[in-house]
Amino acid sequence: MFESMPHYVFLTALICLFIAMILVLIRLYNGPTLYDRVLSTNSFGTHTVLFIGVLGFLTGRPDFLDIALLYALINFVGTIAILKFFRYRAIGDVLEKREADK
Amino acid sequence: MIDTVTNIILLTMLVLTALAIVRMERLFAVVMLSGVFSLLSALLFVTLDAVDVAFTEAAVGAGISTVLLLGTIALTKPVERRARHTAFIPFIVVLVTGAALVYGTLDMPAFGDPNAPAQIHVGPEYLARTPDDIDVPNVVTAILGSYRGYDTLGETAVVFTAGIGVLLLLSGLRRRREDEEEDQA
Repeated sequence: MFESMPHYVFLTALICLFIAMILVLIRLYNGPTLYDRVLSTNSFGTHTVLFIGVLGFLTGRPDFLDIALLYALINFVGTIAILKFFRYRAIGDVLEKREADK
Repeated sequence: MIDTVTNIILLTMLVLTALAIVRMERLFAVVMLSGVFSLLSALLFVTLDAVDVAFTEAAVGAGISTVLLLGTIALTKPVERRARHTAFIPFIVVLVTGAALVYGTLDMPAFGDPNAPAQIHVGPEYLARTPDDIDVPNVVTAILGSYRGYDTLGETAVVFTAGIGVLLLLSGLRRRREDEEEDQA
């Protein structure tokens, strides 16, 4: 379905993605809070997924689309790990630690 | 044309991220930035058609490394200690190493050169045999998973052993700390 779309559509999408990436990177460099940085890392991961998809259609080989899906999974798991760390100050053995606090 | 512009933009973002990592002092932010750095290099690998390398880079760099670095910060301090010596000698070392690496690339064949040694050795044979032997669209997957299956199995065993070792070390450290706290109380 997407293969029949004209070339310039994907080119425009790629340019817009680059602009979005640069905006996210500015937020990542400047902060100011930690959560801005977590959020911008997460959304940069989403941009990675979209970039791989758009580049695949632009070069006429959309075979990489399933790889882009795996990037989305990695991004999700990574964000969960980071947020879990901020919540509990530890990655593993959270239950044990909470019981010990009681 | 599009490839060149894409590469230039991605490399610029990569260099900016590296500079930000060097300048940042809060280590949580450095961990976030290094995750983005590895996503950017994964994108560069994708533009070079090395999707499997890119995926490894993203899984290890943005996934596992982030978690491991955060775990390390939990065990140490979240703020970088000020360096007492100047960065002059490390800068010279980095400069010399970079120059040597650039010098090394001068002998390499151009990107996509059909006469490069990698393209004329066993590559054509794999390309010709994979559709009949294994029938998957990605030849790299066929080589890794089937033609060199035992090699991949060995690598997986090494990585698995390393992961278990790290987990054992980290859990042992935490238990020792808790013992010390109980002793103090």
